[in-house]
Amino acid sequence: MTVDLRADKPGSRALRGPGGLSLRMEPRALAVGLLLTAAALAMAVVLIGTGDFEIAPWDVVQTLLGNGSPANDFIVNDLRLPRVLVAVLVGAALGMAGAVFQSVSRNPLGSPDLLGFSYGSAVGALTVIVLFKGGATAVAAGALVGGLLAGALVYLLSYRRGIHGYRLVLVGIGTSAMLVAVINYLLTKAQLVEATRAMVWLTGSLAGRDWSQVWPLLATCAVLFPLVLGQGRALRMMEMGDDAAYALGVRVERTRMLLMLAAVLLTTAAAAAAGPISFVALAAPQLARRLTRSPGSNLLTGALMGSVLLLVSDWASQRAFGADQLPVGVVTGLVGGVYLLWLLVTERKAGRI
Amino acid sequence: MQRLTAQNVTLGYEQRVIAENLSVEIPDHSFTVIVGPNACGKSTLLRALSRMLKPSAGQVLLDGHAIGSMPAKKVAKTLGLLPQSSIAPDGITVADLVSRGRYPHQGLLRQWSAEDERIVLESMASTGVAELADRSVDELSGGQRQRVWIAMALAQQTPLLLLDEPTTYLDIQHQIDVLDLCAELHEEQGRTLVAVLHDLNHAARYATHLIAMRGGEVVAEGPPAEVVTAELVEKVFGLRCQIIDDPETGTPLVIPAARKPKPSAGLLTGTTAGS
Repeated sequence: MTVDLRADKPGSRALRGPGGLSLRMEPRALAVGLLLTAAALAMAVVLIGTGDFEIAPWDVVQTLLGNGSPANDFIVNDLRLPRVLVAVLVGAALGMAGAVFQSVSRNPLGSPDLLGFSYGSAVGALTVIVLFKGGATAVAAGALVGGLLAGALVYLLSYRRGIHGYRLVLVGIGTSAMLVAVINYLLTKAQLVEATRAMVWLTGSLAGRDWSQVWPLLATCAVLFPLVLGQGRALRMMEMGDDAAYALGVRVERTRMLLMLAAVLLTTAAAAAAGPISFVALAAPQLARRLTRSPGSNLLTGALMGSVLLLVSDWASQRAFGADQLPVGVVTGLVGGVYLLWLLVTERKAGRI
Repeated sequence: MQRLTAQNVTLGYEQRVIAENLSVEIPDHSFTVIVGPNACGKSTLLRALSRMLKPSAGQVLLDGHAIGSMPAKKVAKTLGLLPQSSIAPDGITVADLVSRGRYPHQGLLRQWSAEDERIVLESMASTGVAELADRSVDELSGGQRQRVWIAMALAQQTPLLLLDEPTTYLDIQHQIDVLDLCAELHEEQGRTLVAVLHDLNHAARYATHLIAMRGGEVVAEGPPAEVVTAELVEKVFGLRCQIIDDPETGTPLVIPAARKPKPSAGLLTGTTAGS
C-alpha cells in the first residue's frame, strides 16, 4: 500500500492498495474530522459530569469503563449517558440532514428548519398532545409522521421537471408559514396542562431523555448515515448543476429523492427524540465547511459539528442556568439567530440574495 | 451505421412539440456543428442526443442501443456533454474541478487511481490550464473558466463530446480561443465533437459537418462549403447575404446584405442621403 501525499501534484492525495483499491484523502478534512471527534468525546465526558451532582471527568471515564462506584454508576450510566447520547445523535442527524439539504438546494439557507420539516414534526407532535393527550411514544410517532408528511408536501409542491434550489427554499418557507399557523391554532385549542407540555416540546429539550429514546434514534442513524455517505460522491457532482451531473452519469432525480428522504427521516427522528432543536442543521454544515475549506457537502464533518454544537449548547445552558432550567433549544435558538443574521448579511453582500 | 443517431424522434417540453419525426446521424470522427435561428430546436436536439431529454416518440441510439435504457455511467464513459451553464462550487480549485470528470470511471473502492491522476494532468495540459491547477475557479476569466470545463469533459475520456453553445457569453478572442481548442481536440485526438453554435461564420470555419435547422426540421446538412450558400442562409435565417471565401481559411464567409436606404426618407426631411 502506498500513501501518495505529494502536494505538488494536483489532487493527488490518495491511499492506494492492491487490486486497484484507491481512496481519496483530503488531509485537512481528515484532520478537522478527527479534531471534532475528539472535541465531541471530551465535551460528552464534561457534560456527563455536569449537573446537581458534579463528577470529575476522570471519574466519568472510569465509570463509563465499568470501574466506578455504584452511586456514580447509576448517575452516569442510567441518568446522564442516555441524555448525552441523544444529544450526540440528534446533533449528528441534524448536521448531516442540513448538509444534504444545503447541498441539494445549493443554498446555505436550505436547511430543514427553514424548509418546514421541523414544523411538520411540531404539528404532528402537538396534534397528539393537544387533541389526543397521548403519551411520550405517541408524541414521538406523531412528530415522525408530521415531519414526513411535511417533507412529501414540500417535495410535491416544488417538483416541476425536477427540483430546483430556489424553488425548494421558497416553497419550504411558505409551507413553514402555513404550519406555524396550524401550530398556533392547536395551542389556542389546548388546555393549560397540554399547552405547557406543548410549549416544552416546541422549544426542544434534552431533559429526562433515557435509553428508550436512544435506541430508535441509534437504529435510524445506523441505517441512514452509511446510506447518505454512500451517495456523497454523487451529491458532489450535483453541486455543479443537474446537467453536469447527468452528463457524468449521476441519476440525478433518483439520487436527490433518496437523499432528501433520508434527510427528512433524520430530521424527524431527531425531532421525535428531542423536539425541534433549531439552527443546528443550519449552522453545523456551514461551520464545518469553513473549517475544512473543502468544497462539497461536508456530510461527515457537518454531522460531527452538529454533535459538538448540541453538546456545547447543552453544557452552556446547564452551566448558566442550572440543570434542566433552560431547554437546550432556547440556547441553540439564541446562538443560531445571531448566526442567521450574519449569514443573511454576508449572502446579501455577496449578491446571492 | 454511425455511433450516435437520432431516429424519427419527436421532441418537446410538456405539451409543446418542438420537433417531429426528426432523424439525424452524427458522422464518426466529425466536428459536427448544428446551426439555426433561435427556437429552431438545435439545443433541444443536442439535449436529446445527450439523453437529457427523452423523446416522446422515436429513439436516440448510441452504438446501436437506445440511449435512455443504457446504464447512466456506461453512457457517461462514451458520451460527454458540456452543458450551457454549470456551477463551479464555491472555492473549488481547477485541479479539483477537472478531476470530477473522472466520476463515471470511479467507484466506492476506486476513488482516485494512478490512471485518474494521469488523465486529469493530461486533460489540463491539452487545454492549457495546467499552470492554473491550484487556482480557485472563481478568480479565472470567462475564457479560462470555459477551458477548465472543457478539461473536465475531456477527463471523462469519451470518444463523443457534445458542447451546448460553448462560446456564448465569451468575448470574441475567447470565442476563437475555445473553438481553436475544439478543432485541435478533434484533429489530434480523433474525438467526435458535436456543438451548437450561434455564429454561422464560426460554424462554417470550424465544422467538418454542418447541420442547418429551422422550425424543428433539418433543412440541409453536409460539409460547410456545400451547405453554406446565399439561398440556404436566406431560407434558414431569412437573411439576404453574399457568400465569399474566408481570406484566412477559404471556408464560406457570410456577408449580410447592406441596409437599403428608404427612398422616401430624404424627401420628407429635406436632407440628402449623403450628408
